[in-house]
Amino acid sequence: MSDKLIFEHSRSGRRASAQAPLAATANDLPEKFLRRSPPLLPEVSELQTVRHYTRLSQKNFSIDTHFYPLGSCTMKYNPRACNQLAMLPGFLARHPLGPESHGQGFMSCMYELQEMLKAVTGMKEVSLTPMAGAQGEFAGVAMIRAYHRSRNDNDRNEILVPDAAHGTNPATATMCGYSTREIPTGKNGDVDIEALKAAVGPQTAGIMLTNPSTVGVFDRSIQEMSRIVHSAGGLLYYDGANLNAILGKVAPGDMGFDVIHMNLHKTFSTPHGGGGPGSGAVGVGDRLKEFLPLPVVGKDGDRYRWLTEADFPQSIGRLSAFMGNAGVLLRAYVYMRLLGRKGMERVSENAALGANYLMKKLQDAGFELAYPERRASHEFIVTLKKEKSELGVTAMDFAKCLLDHGYHAPTTYFPLLVPECLLIEPTECEAKEDLDGFVAAMIAIREQAKTDPEKVKGAPYTMPVRRLDDVRAARQLDLRWQPGAEN
Amino acid sequence: MSNVPADLKYSSDHEWVRVEDDGSAVVGITDHAQGALGDLVFVEAPEPGSVFASGEAFGVVESVKAASDMLCPFGGEVLGVNSALDDTPELVNTDPYGDGWLIRMQPADTTELDGLMDAAAYEQFLEEA
Ligand SMILES: Cc1ncc(COP(=O)(O)O)c(C=O)c1O
Repeated sequence: MSDKLIFEHSRSGRRASAQAPLAATANDLPEKFLRRSPPLLPEVSELQTVRHYTRLSQKNFSIDTHFYPLGSCTMKYNPRACNQLAMLPGFLARHPLGPESHGQGFMSCMYELQEMLKAVTGMKEVSLTPMAGAQGEFAGVAMIRAYHRSRNDNDRNEILVPDAAHGTNPATATMCGYSTREIPTGKNGDVDIEALKAAVGPQTAGIMLTNPSTVGVFDRSIQEMSRIVHSAGGLLYYDGANLNAILGKVAPGDMGFDVIHMNLHKTFSTPHGGGGPGSGAVGVGDRLKEFLPLPVVGKDGDRYRWLTEADFPQSIGRLSAFMGNAGVLLRAYVYMRLLGRKGMERVSENAALGANYLMKKLQDAGFELAYPERRASHEFIVTLKKEKSELGVTAMDFAKCLLDHGYHAPTTYFPLLVPECLLIEPTECEAKEDLDGFVAAMIAIREQAKTDPEKVKGAPYTMPVRRLDDVRAARQLDLRWQPGAEN
Repeated sequence: MSNVPADLKYSSDHEWVRVEDDGSAVVGITDHAQGALGDLVFVEAPEPGSVFASGEAFGVVESVKAASDMLCPFGGEVLGVNSALDDTPELVNTDPYGDGWLIRMQPADTTELDGLMDAAAYEQFLEEA
């Protein structure tokens, strides 16, 4: 990787005139708050800056350039129209502290977004403020805790989480002061009901479920699970990361869930590369309405207004400045309006069609499925344990090789209960040729592993960097660049 | 095949237990477990003096792939922990039955140890998994 850091282009006194600082105008700052040395910023020309970041962007492996079947993440196309409309001048120039009367247009979009999300999930109220799936989870479990407390039901200290769950689920329960108990997954991919029955009790505050689950199947015993947990006094949390699979078909509210988060950046197609910004809007049933995070947009007659602590005195509070990631919310709103109700059904139908087509093709090509007797929801798991024992190449080797073939790797080693797994989610956006191309690449990699396994283990060869040392990256977290230091 | 020493006892959560002459018991994770987790990057151990029931989580091992709870194979008090793992968690990968041991415990009820598998039973268990 020959590229320099932006700091390494820096020469003292060089500047981009468009960004040059104005003469200091704030001269009333107390002396003790003034800095003694200038901040460490790169001194580069405008052209150098443009070139530097354009070059970096050209190295991106992105949805705009490559097929990106990263399971559980729903890396679907972000329609240009959503960007364009979310960037209308009226939205961009709106000041969040401006009076309600100046923001009626924006507020009407947020209100309608709340209404559409209610309709599509079957929940009773929605708050848009959490800024990522994980923050939505935090809001949801905080509401579960607030609910039990409001009833003086204070001995519930445990959240149940299936072993296939995303790591943010147990992390959320822990952040909310609960201990977690793991429920095993049965051989067919559904949660082990007997184990669930044995685990629930007066200590159960709730259960966090993902349905379709992270193994890519719709859990058929959801109604029984709902009955078991509710009759023990616990609540049901729905992790909406896989909402894409059931959009317009089944509603979590009808499955018995009390609270849900939706990763708008997945199902409703807002950009989410590189960790954000996202949106983890939450929806609740009747039991949890009082506790929603604020603000929520309300409507009196034909006027929109912010609902605050005065309307929801038992709210769990605020999780973001103002309205959360307003630009992301607007993109999701436009996406939903462009699709309409019928369009949403087509999303889940085509997502399921693409996943099942790809699954069958890979199975026909001799790859082993983790749950061969199940239909894929919108994603599925291939296990490469045979390739590992017979050819000595791992799921990670396949993943790196796929990059050289022009495909982003699927999710690897998650969920961990399936050995050498690839969690593959094609989304509804891909053409048949691209799915076929992916299968051909998988076959080519396996052929190469038979004749030249070392070559496969050395991949990637065509990327800006070779195989990264992920162990060292996790063990040595210090990444600070310092001038003059050996970096 | 992973290494399963004959003189240890094993839990279904892939921990090994070695009972010492003084009645204390040393606990670690098996070669199979370290292999499945991959390179460890962090080990969270309990405070000496903490008391755990059988099946309760006493710590966490974290690899680049995942973080997993370690479950107590029997109830008792923690006598000591392997502090070398703070800086060199990779010892669990390189020497799971030796320098990569995790904690030393005083079993509260030694009959709980009888419920653990011997090496032959654990090998059988790995075969079936
Ligand atoms: C199943 C599942 N739950 C929760 C999350 C957390 O969402 P976010 O990354 O938006 O915080 C993810 C994210 O990848 C996920 O796949």
